[in-house]
This record gives sequence, structure tokens and C-alpha cells, in this order.
Amino acid sequence: MVQLTLPKNSQVKKGRHFPAPEGATRVKTFKIYRYDPEEPENPHWDTYDVDVDACGPMVLDVLIHIKSTVDSTLAFRRSCREGVCGSCAMNIGGRNTLACTHGWAEIPGKDCQVSPLPSMPVLKDLIPDLTLFYAQYASIEPWLHTDTPEPQKEWIQSPEDREKLDGLYECILCACCTTSCPSYWWNGEKYLGPATLLQAYRWLVDSRDEATGERLDALEDPFKLYRCHTIMNCAQVCPKGLNPAKAIAEVKKLLVERVV
Amino acid sequence: MRNYRTPLRRARGLGSAKHGVGSWISERVGAIALVPLTLWAVFGVLRLAGGDYGAAVAWIGQPLNAVLMVLTIAIAFFHMHAGLRVVVEDYIHVTLNKSALLILNLFVCGLSAALAIFSILKVALGGAA
Repeated sequence: MVQLTLPKNSQVKKGRHFPAPEGATRVKTFKIYRYDPEEPENPHWDTYDVDVDACGPMVLDVLIHIKSTVDSTLAFRRSCREGVCGSCAMNIGGRNTLACTHGWAEIPGKDCQVSPLPSMPVLKDLIPDLTLFYAQYASIEPWLHTDTPEPQKEWIQSPEDREKLDGLYECILCACCTTSCPSYWWNGEKYLGPATLLQAYRWLVDSRDEATGERLDALEDPFKLYRCHTIMNCAQVCPKGLNPAKAIAEVKKLLVERVV
Repeated sequence: MRNYRTPLRRARGLGSAKHGVGSWISERVGAIALVPLTLWAVFGVLRLAGGDYGAAVAWIGQPLNAVLMVLTIAIAFFHMHAGLRVVVEDYIHVTLNKSALLILNLFVCGLSAALAIFSILKVALGGAA
């Protein structure tokens, strides 16, 4: 059955409070999910009163500020700090997004809640375990499949066919969409999820790929593909402005095209 | 229990069932068919609301009305079965419970549809007293 309450050892308790430094000019409170696998305690919410005038404009700037000046134990992933790598995907103010491209000023109210991407096991603090997510991506074999002998120079593609990959190739696999999808929450073991399906479509429409039929065979499944009920959270949260729900609809259309 | 399966093994699971497009199409075609059928049924029942028992029996006795009513009922229950099936598949994860509920869903929808269709035919074919 669906689990409606968290198991006892996962219930998030109240944690420590870090007051703002003296002389802070503008204070915003960040309520951050903390979990340490090496401690027996439950996860807890630590609150940090941050002098936002001392930080850059993005939520990631605040997290880095906390880590370097307030509490060095805070763990989170980050790398490019400009929305290209997808490392700092997390749930900010109730919405999955990238900490590096989401301004703290955009969050309404005085408080801002930051937690790891939902539904994934948590390794530590804001770091989710994305192993299954990456394996699902690998399972659609995201590379060019061809039987024709490789051309001497390159596989040629017309500009029109190249345009079909726009809105697909930009995906950075941050997992914001997949972990915001209720269908994925309930059936993540069997449903591939929006990010993987968007990538599956990216290879289905690639004019150079010769394995369209096999790819469709692998997707035609009541769970792998058809758990998508067009809830549309994926398109709402994508920090790159992509529309995985549309890509999934296109895959469903290809499957229909194959039988009618 | 520690398990040494690779993540890819877990992601691939039991592989693709290689079906699903048929159900997807039939769910949608059923839904499309129900739009005019439901409008027709509501309109028909509203028209009968003012009349007496005899008028209702006579109305069902018309071949077109009887056939459309049978189709409305059959497709509505088919649609209900498909919808409930998705709900069970979404939320129930224990194989035994899931199988039991899927069978229950099939039986309840099938029995209800059969009873309703038999009743319509009984009235339409003059069996009603």
C-alpha cells in the first residue's frame, strides 16, 4: 500500500538554530534538512538566520556562505554554479530547482525551506542517492545505434532534423523533473520517469539513429512508459524550461503511429 | 540483506512487457465514444422524467434506444474498469494484493455491466411486466 506517514527513523525533528551575526543588515531564515548517516539521530531541520546582504543573489550563494562561515558540516553538491551541471538540484521553497539559478529573493515570505530532492534515499543533508536515476538513464542506451557501416567522416544530419533535438538535448540530468513526479514517487522502481523518457525521445527523433523500432519495443510497457499520467510537474519544475511531458506524449504518439 | 545487483540490473527490471499501446488507444477511444453516448443518455432520461412507466418501457423498446443504452453501459463499465485498473497499478505494490484487487475490479465491473445489459435487453425485448 501507499505509505502515508514516514517511518519512525525518517521523521524530521526540530534541529539547531543559528542566529544571525551581530550587525546583520537584512536577515532571511533558511530552514535546511539535515541528516548524518553516521549519527543515530533522526533527520532534523536546522534553521539559519542568514545576513543575505553578505551573500550573492542565489540560494547556492547562501548555502556556500553557511558552509564557509556558519556551519561547515552542511553537505550539498555543487559544481558549475551557472545551471549547466545540474549538481545542486534540490527542493527549495517546496519546488525542485537548481540552487545556483534560483534567487533567494524569489522565495516569498521570510523563511525558505531547503531539502533534498524528494523520494530519493538521502546520503547526507542535501545529497540524494541518484544511482537508480542514472541507471534508468543508462537503460535506454543513450547513444547512437546504427547498423550501416560508419561513414568515413561523420553521420550527416539536415538542419531541419537537427532542430528536432532542440528542447531535448539541453537536459542536464539534474533529476528535478523525475523526483517531482508523483507517478515516479509511487512506482520509481518500474516507471522510467520524465528525464529518462525525454532522453529516450531524444534518441527516437534523432534522424541518424537506426534503432527506433527496438527503442520503441523497449519502452512499450505499462510501467516504464505508461505510468505517465500527464501530471505535468516535470514541465513546471524543469530549471532549463524543457517539457518532458510533451516528449513523453510524442513517444506515445510514435507507438500509436506504429500500429495504426 | 545486502544485495549485489548492479544498478542497471535494477533499472532494467523484468524488461519491457511490449504491450500497452492497445490499452492506451482503447481507453481514449472509449472516452471519446462516451461523450456523445452520455449526452444522449442524459437527454433521454430527462425526456423520460416527465412521463410514466409505460412511456419509459416504450422508449427502451425502440431498437435504437436499446442499442445505444447497451453501448453506453458497456463502454462506461469498460472505461471504469480501465480507470480503476490504473489506480490499483499506481498505488498497490504488494503482488498478491494487487492481483486480488485487479481480479475484483474485473469481476465487479463485468458483473455490473452484464446485469445492466441483461436488464436493458429484458425491458427492450418485452419481458418487463
